[in-house]
Amino acid sequence: MKIDRRCFLSLGIGATAGTALSPLPWKLMDDISIWSQNWPWTPVPPDGEISYTDSTCTLCPGGCGITVRKIDNRVVKIEGRKNHPVNNGGICVLGLSGPQLLYGPTRVQSPMKNVNGTFQKITWNQALSEITEKLLTIRAEGRSHTVAGIAGSSRGTVPALLQRFLTAYGSPNFYCQSSIEDSFSLSHIQPQNNKTIPGFDLENADYVLSFGTGIMDGWGSPLRMIQAGNAWKTGKTKLIQVEPRLSDTAAKSDEWLPSKPGTEAILALGIAHVILLESLYDQTAINYHSEGFSTWRTAVLAHYHPDKVAEITGIDSRTIITVGREFGHAERPVAIFGRGKGNTPLSLTEMSAVHALNVLVGNVNKTGGVFTLPEPNYISWPEISLDTKAETGLQTKQIAEGGLLHRLPSAIKEAEDSVTLLFVADANPCYTLTDTKEVIRAFKKIPFKVSFSSYMDETATLSDLILPNHSYLERYEDVPVTSGLRNPLIGFTKPIVNPLFQTKHTGDVIISIARAMKGSIGSSFPWENYLQCLKNGLGQHWNPLINNDVVEIKYVPEFEDIPRFAFQIPNDKPQVLLEGNENNMNLTLIPSDSLRLSSGYIGAPPFMMKTLPDTILTDNNTIIQIHPKTAEKLGLRQGCYAILKTPKDEKKVKIHLSQGIGEDIISFPRGLGHTAYDRYLAGKGINFNELIGPVEDTFSGLDVAWGIRASLIKA
Amino acid sequence: MSTVDDKANEIEPFDNKAESTSVNNGNGIAGFTILFFIIGFTASLFIGWIVFPKLLYSKKKQPLDFNHEMHMTLVKNGCESCHFFREDGTYSGVPKLAQCIDCHQEVQGDTGNEALFVEKYVSKGKEVPWLIYSRQPDCVFFSHAAHIKLAKMDCETCHGHIGQSTSLKPYEYNLITGYSRDIWGKNPKNYLGLKTNTYDRMKMNDCAACHMEETGRKSSVSTEKDGCFVCHK
Repeated sequence: MKIDRRCFLSLGIGATAGTALSPLPWKLMDDISIWSQNWPWTPVPPDGEISYTDSTCTLCPGGCGITVRKIDNRVVKIEGRKNHPVNNGGICVLGLSGPQLLYGPTRVQSPMKNVNGTFQKITWNQALSEITEKLLTIRAEGRSHTVAGIAGSSRGTVPALLQRFLTAYGSPNFYCQSSIEDSFSLSHIQPQNNKTIPGFDLENADYVLSFGTGIMDGWGSPLRMIQAGNAWKTGKTKLIQVEPRLSDTAAKSDEWLPSKPGTEAILALGIAHVILLESLYDQTAINYHSEGFSTWRTAVLAHYHPDKVAEITGIDSRTIITVGREFGHAERPVAIFGRGKGNTPLSLTEMSAVHALNVLVGNVNKTGGVFTLPEPNYISWPEISLDTKAETGLQTKQIAEGGLLHRLPSAIKEAEDSVTLLFVADANPCYTLTDTKEVIRAFKKIPFKVSFSSYMDETATLSDLILPNHSYLERYEDVPVTSGLRNPLIGFTKPIVNPLFQTKHTGDVIISIARAMKGSIGSSFPWENYLQCLKNGLGQHWNPLINNDVVEIKYVPEFEDIPRFAFQIPNDKPQVLLEGNENNMNLTLIPSDSLRLSSGYIGAPPFMMKTLPDTILTDNNTIIQIHPKTAEKLGLRQGCYAILKTPKDEKKVKIHLSQGIGEDIISFPRGLGHTAYDRYLAGKGINFNELIGPVEDTFSGLDVAWGIRASLIKA
Repeated sequence: MSTVDDKANEIEPFDNKAESTSVNNGNGIAGFTILFFIIGFTASLFIGWIVFPKLLYSKKKQPLDFNHEMHMTLVKNGCESCHFFREDGTYSGVPKLAQCIDCHQEVQGDTGNEALFVEKYVSKGKEVPWLIYSRQPDCVFFSHAAHIKLAKMDCETCHGHIGQSTSLKPYEYNLITGYSRDIWGKNPKNYLGLKTNTYDRMKMNDCAACHMEETGRKSSVSTEKDGCFVCHK
C-alpha cells in the first residue's frame, strides 16, 4: 500500500469534476462579469425624484433661459429653456457645463484671508468686521475716494449696489469693462442724458453684412445668433462675412470677404461710396435719424472710391460694388459690428462707418434693422443720502480718467496709494484686461483687495480677502440682458439648490457692510437683506419675474426721444493703428473667438476644455494659425514650435498652417492661459491678453485694440 | 569480471520481483485512486455548494428594523402608500424621510426602533441609509410602471411577501459584485436556475424567461428592441 502520484492525479480529477458540478466556477465567472460591467469605482449617481426648475444663465452676457434638471436635490443637467425669448430651447457648451461650476473643485467654500501668500478660512463675522473696520479707518482719514470697485457689468442690482455703496461712502471710483455698446452710444447724439444701446432685429433681416461679427462664434447672445443664422439659411437671407480669418461664421456665410485686419471701416466706407454714388440711400430716413450727412457724403465720395478701398482692404473693387448694390437694393438689409464675440469696443470711426450703412438705407428702428434703444434703467431705489465726507469724496477726480477701466492699472502705478482698497465683483480683471502682467503688477500694489468671486480665479488668488458669492444656481438675482437683442430683457436667477458651502450673496454682504457702518451709509441701505432690496428695486417687474423668470422691456420711441446718429467725417487714417514697430514686427496678431472657449470672467469648465480641437490646444500648448506662405517665408512647418513676440511679451507657441487666414496674420485663440481655477484649466495654453496692450481711440478714449504687431521665430 | 550475459542473469530476479510487487499491489492502488477521486470530488462539491456561498456573501444589519405587516394595517393603499409612483410615472422606491415624517414627526408607538428612528434620523433630518435587497446595477433599465401599471403585476410576484414580514432580514451581499443575495437566491436549487416562486431568484435569465412566458416574444413591449437591449439600453 503506497500513495503515489496517481492518487494525487485522481484527487485532482475528482476535485475538478466536483468543482465543475458545483456552482463555484460558474458563479465566479458570472460575478466577475457583473463586477467588470459595474466597476465599483465608477460613480453611479443616486436615483431620486426628477424635477425641472427654470432659471437664467449668467455665465456670459447672453442671458439664456435655462431649465435645470435635478434628481432630488442634486443638479444633474442644464438644458435650454423652451419658448424663452432669447434661446428657445438652445444651450451652448458653457451653459451646459454649469453643474461643473457648481460642484467643481474651483469653488471658494468659505471666506478666506490671505496670510503671507496662503489662504486661511475665516468666519463671516471676522471677514465682515475686518472689512468694515478698514473702511471706517480709511473714511476717518478723509481718503474715501481711494476705495474703488470693479464690477463685471454696469447693469443689474449687484453692480448697482456696489456703486451705491461707493457713492454713499464717498468714492467716484466705480468701474466696469467698456463694451461695444459704449461705442454705439457715443456715435449718437442723445436727446436725454441716457445711453443708447443697439437692438438688432436680425430674425427679420434679408441681407446681413457682418463686419467681423462672430455670429456663430459667440457674438451677442450666442444661441439666439445661431438660431437666427440657421433661419437665414432656410429663409434665403444672405450673409456676407467680412473677416480676415475663416471663422465658423465665415465658413457658414454665403460670401466671405477676407479683408486685411483693421480695414473694416474703410471697406464700410467703400460700400457707402457705392450706395451714395448710385443714390441707393433713403434721404427721408437719413434726415429723420441722423445729423451731418451732407458733409460726410462729400468726404466719402471724395476719398473712398472702390478702387482705392480695394487696394487698402484687399477686397476686389467689383465685389465692393456688388455688395454695395445688393445692400442698397435689399428690402431689409442690416450691417452688424463687433469683432468676434463683440466684447471689446470699436473705434468711433469704425462704429460710425459701419452703422452709417444702416442709416443710409433707412433701416433704423424698422423691422429687420437696428433699433436705438434706451438703457434699461429699471431699478427703483430710494435716493442715496450723502454726508459731508461722501460729498467731498465724490468731488475728487476719478483715479482712471474718464472712468475707463483700462486706464486704472497705469493710474495705480503712477500714483502711490491712489487706491487703498479695491472691491471686485463678478469680474476677473487679472485675466481679462489686456497687458495682463502690468495689470497684475498694479493690482499687487493695492494694499487691500477684496474679491466677491465664487471661484478661485486669477483676481481672487491675488486678493487679500475673498468673500465668496453663491453660485448662480444658488441665488436670487436679476440678469439684465441687452446683447443686441431686439428688446432688452430682465432675466431672473433663483436658487435651484441650497448653498452648498459657507458662501453669502454679494448683495447681502454689501448691505451688511453698509449697515454696519451706520450713519448716512447705513441709511442709504434701508433693506434687511438682498432679497428685500431686489424686490424693492424691481418694483412692478418683481411678480412677473418670480413667476416667469423673464420680462421683456418693450419700447416704442416717440420722435423726440430718438437718438440721432452723428455721421463722423472719417479722417485720413480711419484705421486703429497697432502697437509695435512695423520694421521688426511685420506680422499682425489677432484673436480668434470660439464658442468652445470662454474668454470672459468665467473660466472654461472641464467639460468645455474637452471639446477643444487640436487646432486650438495640444499638450497644453496654444496653437496659432498662419498661412502656409507666411510659414514658408519664416521657415516654419506644420506642428513646429516658434517664439511669438509682441511689444508686450514673448511666448512659445505651436504652428498650425491654414489657408483660412490671410498672409502675414497670426490667429491666436482667446480664452486660454489661466493660471488659477482648477487643474483642468490652469496652465493650459497662453492668455492672449498678456500679448496685447490697450490702444485708445482718439475720440472716445476707449480701448479699441483689435490686435498687435508681432514676429515669429522658429524655436 | 562478469560478462554481459551474467549481468543479464543477475538482473532477472529483480525484474521478477518488480512484476510480482505490481501484481500484488494492483488492487490497493486502484482503490486508493478511486478513494482519492471520491475525496477530491466530495470535498470540491462541499466547497462549491456549501463553503463557497458562505464565503462569497457577507451579512449586514439594516440600520433600523421595520415592521411591514404592522404598517400595512395602518395604510390605505397597500404597498403604494409608501412605495408610490410619482406624478411623472417614475417609481419612488424606498421611502424618503419626507414621507416617514408625515406620521413620525414624534414618537407614535412604544417600539425601540421607532424611538431610535426619530432620534437618529427624524430629529437630525438625515435620510436612513436603507440597504436595498432588490437594487439593480446601473446598466439595467427597469420600469416599475411598465410592470405594475401596464402589465398589472403584483408587487409580490417579484418581491415576495415582504409586506407580511414583521422584521427585516439581514442584508446579504456578494463580496465581488456588491449586489444583494436576493438576486441569486438562497436555496441551493436556485443555483441551478430552479425555483418554486418567481421571487426566489431574480437574475436576468429569470427576467428573460418571464418575458418570454408572458409576452411570447423576446423583444421589449414598448421599444420593440430585442435581446440584451430590452433591459440594457
